[in-house]
Amino acid sequence: MIIEGRIWIFGDNIDTDAIIAARYLSIVEPRELAKHLMEDIKPDFPGLVQPGDIIVAGNNFGCGSSREHAPLAIKGAGISCVIALSFARIFYRNAINIGLPILECHDDLTNLSSGADQLQVNLDQGLITHLQSGCKYQAAPFPPFMQEIISRGGLVEYVKARLDLR
Amino acid sequence: MVEKILAARAGRAKVMPGDLVNVQVDLALGNDITAPVAIREFERFGLDRVFDPDKIILVPDHFTPNKDIAAAEQAMVLRRFARKYGIKHYYEVGRMGIEHALLPEQGLVRPGMVIIGADSHTCTYGALGAFATGVGSTDLAAAMAIGEAWFKVPPTIRFEYEGSLPEWVGGKDLILYTIGRIGVDGARYRAMEFAGSVIEELSMDGRLTMTNMAIEAGGKCGYVQPDEITFDYLKGRTTLPYDVFYSDDDAPYEQVFNFDISGMEPQIAFPPSPDNVRALSEASGIELQQVVIGSCTNGRIEDLRIAASVIKGKRVHPRVRLLIIPATQQIYRQALEEGLLAAFIDAEAAVSTPTCGPCLGGHMGILARGEKALATTNRNFIGRMGHPESEVYLCGPAVAAASAVAGEIVHPEEVVS
Repeated sequence: MIIEGRIWIFGDNIDTDAIIAARYLSIVEPRELAKHLMEDIKPDFPGLVQPGDIIVAGNNFGCGSSREHAPLAIKGAGISCVIALSFARIFYRNAINIGLPILECHDDLTNLSSGADQLQVNLDQGLITHLQSGCKYQAAPFPPFMQEIISRGGLVEYVKARLDLR
Repeated sequence: MVEKILAARAGRAKVMPGDLVNVQVDLALGNDITAPVAIREFERFGLDRVFDPDKIILVPDHFTPNKDIAAAEQAMVLRRFARKYGIKHYYEVGRMGIEHALLPEQGLVRPGMVIIGADSHTCTYGALGAFATGVGSTDLAAAMAIGEAWFKVPPTIRFEYEGSLPEWVGGKDLILYTIGRIGVDGARYRAMEFAGSVIEELSMDGRLTMTNMAIEAGGKCGYVQPDEITFDYLKGRTTLPYDVFYSDDDAPYEQVFNFDISGMEPQIAFPPSPDNVRALSEASGIELQQVVIGSCTNGRIEDLRIAASVIKGKRVHPRVRLLIIPATQQIYRQALEEGLLAAFIDAEAAVSTPTCGPCLGGHMGILARGEKALATTNRNFIGRMGHPESEVYLCGPAVAAASAVAGEIVHPEEVVS
């Protein structure tokens, strides 16, 4: 699948309290959660973000709490992909489990222009293209096991298939 | 040790770091924040049963006693699910505790277990020689259905603590110091083994505090190898058998850190990150409006004893609101019997029923704009305890109690002497 979108840049160690504050954790509806996405660190973000946009971040994105509300809020805002230098492990598995596309790219893209530049991302190949400059970057590939979860659309579908085999 | 546990529970002779394994789960845990999302996913499976109602644990502890209507509705989702599927270990308000204090106390955690919890501080249980790690709600849903979870086998970093533990320094100071040294991603995807002569003498409560915060260094799990302190702790709590695993003497650690902690000062994590750690003397004089002693990190009986020993016969500073939150009903009861609660109440502290409450900015002590809190909790991210422009400093129970009396961050010696 190939996606194109405007990027929003965040730094290192973006924690899940920053992504969605605890005061909204009684909400489970992704679109409702999205109204408060990144609110405490970028208050105008929920009003700026558009479906299809891409989040670009530094190291250890999604650290802290295990709240799945964080990737759900990102998905609910219509973010098409999160690209980071690295991800915190619980966020990483949560994103895969709910079918939010994420890519770990060891090239630092956080110096691109936030809210302006656009990336094209080939999710299957992990190929990232900066549309303004034409520069290309390669993200780390997923192991086959995770690829299977992703291709089934998340862990629930994967487990359903396992249950059917029993 | 982690590789051995994962190999045993994956039915393999051996696993190596980086291997992806599907393992049998001994316990799967959820709370009133994460379980409702998991239950929604679980229902998509269309099953009329869970994999094992005795191995699922549901603890409404975050926004309970229900903080508002939305929280009440979430708690209701748990309660109904627990009834419908015959979940044995569902802990209602009045019979509960903060999950990571409650499970070890109730004897549910044993060495050699694989435990997943839809809560990042599930790593706490490594203090008892289990492999325990935080996952998300969908992982919990899958585990409730099939009793399995997938993991990448983590490499292990060993942390050795040598020297003699100075007075007023405890497990919290050791783990804060460690996180300060390696950073919030210093053990990302790693198992953290805590060892050395200091750990061998550290109480179980102190160990639980350390493993609890492994996640604050990005760790997949933290653990202490079982020893006499572990077996003593388990006595009277469980009669079930368990498998004890130890690290080999020649275990291939990815990295080994040696810390000499003689002369270490109490440690403070400055906002807005648990790795922004400095010695207490660099924090002295910071004025406070609130002090919180509690949470899954430092709400155990030893923590309350330390705090009470500092505060007994003194008064909380007029500017400060001191909140004491025993982590479980049993701890609450014990603190009552030992006269600790009387010492707190006489000092004009507010004592609360067990809840995560203010730790994650839920309820029971939310900060206003510009306020500063000192807390024995585990995170001090922006907005963690309330207004995005409030600030949280992290410390152990002795410094917290002393600072509540002084109205500013101080060394316990200044208050006790």
